[in-house]
Amino acid sequence: MKQFFGLLLVVFIVLFGFSGISNATDNKIKAAFLYVGPHNDGGWSQSHDEGRIYLQKHVPYVDTAYSETVPEGAPCEKIIRDYIHKGYKVIFGTSFGFMDSMYNVAKDYPDVIFEHCSGYKTRKNMGTYFGRMYQADYLSGIVAGMMTKTNYIGFVAPFPIPEVIREINSFTIGAREVNPKVEVHVIWTNSWFNPVKERSAANTFIANKADIIASGCDSPASIEGAKKAHIYAIGYDRDNHDKFPKTILTSRIWHWGVFYTKAIEEIKKGTWKSEQYWGGLKDGIVSLGKFGDTVPEKVKKYVLKRQKEIIDGKFKVFAGPIYDNKGKLRVKKGEELSDKDKLSMQWFVKGVVGTIPNK
Amino acid sequence: MSEAVLILLLSNAVKAGTILLYPTIGEIFSERAGILNLGVEGMMLIGAFFGFMITHITHNPYLGFLAGVMAGGLASLIHAFISITLRGNQIVSGLALTIFGAGFTTFYGQQWINMNLEVSFSPIALPILSSIPFIGDILFKQDIIVYLSYITALVMWFVLYKTTIGINLRAVGENAKASNAMGVSVYKVRYFWTFFGGLMAGAGGAYLTIGYAPFWLDGITAGRGWIAIALVIFAMWDPLKAVLGAYLFGSINALQFQLQAGGTTIPSAILNMLPYLVTFIAIVISSIIVKAKHIRPPRELGIPYSREEK
Repeated sequence: MKQFFGLLLVVFIVLFGFSGISNATDNKIKAAFLYVGPHNDGGWSQSHDEGRIYLQKHVPYVDTAYSETVPEGAPCEKIIRDYIHKGYKVIFGTSFGFMDSMYNVAKDYPDVIFEHCSGYKTRKNMGTYFGRMYQADYLSGIVAGMMTKTNYIGFVAPFPIPEVIREINSFTIGAREVNPKVEVHVIWTNSWFNPVKERSAANTFIANKADIIASGCDSPASIEGAKKAHIYAIGYDRDNHDKFPKTILTSRIWHWGVFYTKAIEEIKKGTWKSEQYWGGLKDGIVSLGKFGDTVPEKVKKYVLKRQKEIIDGKFKVFAGPIYDNKGKLRVKKGEELSDKDKLSMQWFVKGVVGTIPNK
Repeated sequence: MSEAVLILLLSNAVKAGTILLYPTIGEIFSERAGILNLGVEGMMLIGAFFGFMITHITHNPYLGFLAGVMAGGLASLIHAFISITLRGNQIVSGLALTIFGAGFTTFYGQQWINMNLEVSFSPIALPILSSIPFIGDILFKQDIIVYLSYITALVMWFVLYKTTIGINLRAVGENAKASNAMGVSVYKVRYFWTFFGGLMAGAGGAYLTIGYAPFWLDGITAGRGWIAIALVIFAMWDPLKAVLGAYLFGSINALQFQLQAGGTTIPSAILNMLPYLVTFIAIVISSIIVKAKHIRPPRELGIPYSREEK
């Protein structure tokens, strides 16, 4: 027994000794990630976690950690401060609701870098990042428009905020470009992640003869519903094609790792500056997923052609003329919606059946 | 809205209603025996979680359902022990059970998030009955758990009003001392029906995660346990009236999405609130009826019983 404890002691000394040494010579950049949902939610938070893993794999001088299901508000601030006290120098907040907490803490720690996803508040040490997902939304809309037979597409949507409205609009623009008879119907779940509501919304669409269901929510529940009803779905966040090869036509996918790598490399070089990053298809932060098994060549060809035009800057999704769903001309012919207007969008394009609550 | 759409919506409403029907019937019997159990939400969560987990492991939804039912029953024994044996405060104990259920399932449910079930209950069209126009499409093309809920409501109504078991049960809830004098074991009756309430809450929860969602998520019941307790009052402690209440709520749930899909101008936040708003209204209305018709809760509801006290 004595020998056993002796051995244990040695092991401890060695372990702690080494960790002490490694701490002393450690000049890795320590980066912490905050997720609004579980890291394996199958959607939004998982796409960020995959970005983190990508970063960890491609950049040798970074050490990452994450906190999941982080509540918005005061508890979030505490979690951030804890990370900073543990020596973390970069904080990635991956949900809109973390904005004010990050903004507050960033003021107290000017030497810590904050990167906030999808928000608009910045400081010298706090930047924002997001992607032009509307480009991929538009492309997936083309697929849906060409594949629908009932011309009734259901869109399961989380919150009536510009980010989501933009998503529905660009999707509808794509669908109606190839099929002017399409109507996109919207149901708000008022939640980012609520599989039961998403599934109920999908079932309602199915009852109304929808043959394609798209979702801006973070769980694959609506895809499950589509699979059960033997209709199609458009995936979101991550590529779930392998799980639903016959159901998913295509997906709109985030590649956050692209941004995380860029940010950490800049921090290492000392060239990092607070900016409002908004990359698109060209930068690889968003993309279309794999095409479903039933998507014909003709459709793929058309979509890939448009994709190339967007990447080359020859085609703009929000180019006029664009009418809203009440018949008002929003973007004149020959003009394009400015980024500012895209970021504050509060109206639906023609072809969307749904309501945006008044503020 | 075409007839086909209406049929599909109402048949979804029956499924959503089934989730409420089981726990409502269970709580009716528990309260009839004099035990107020506010832990329905917690027992439903426990049933939902175990139902999901066992189905996921065994790929057998029926086994999963059974596990969910049993888990709900076991959870109710905590409440039974505190309120019957220890004669503790039933309100506090029930609330504690709800909080316990939420905490327990959140903790152990973490690793089950975002897994979905490959198997579920498959619908069976009942011969003859399913060919009744409209009604048949809504009520008799459901799965076996929904049919079981019809049978449960009917049988339990019969038990409550037409059998000695029912008389004893009602007597215990009305006047425990007198029933004891009549030779009825108050403890046994109360333990049994509290346990039954737990089984039923577990059934509702398990149907939610296996037949309806089919997902696991923290707090997936989203207040359905509380709605069930409200439905007990709405149903005036009658299992058959509970059927009406449960389907009413199921319909409202389906309706809020249908209104949105049709492009209504009512804000979605208000539509999301509908089931809870209607709960409130239903309670007000049924309270008025209860008063007018001189119907009242079991007289000794919530009052602990002791054989020693004279």
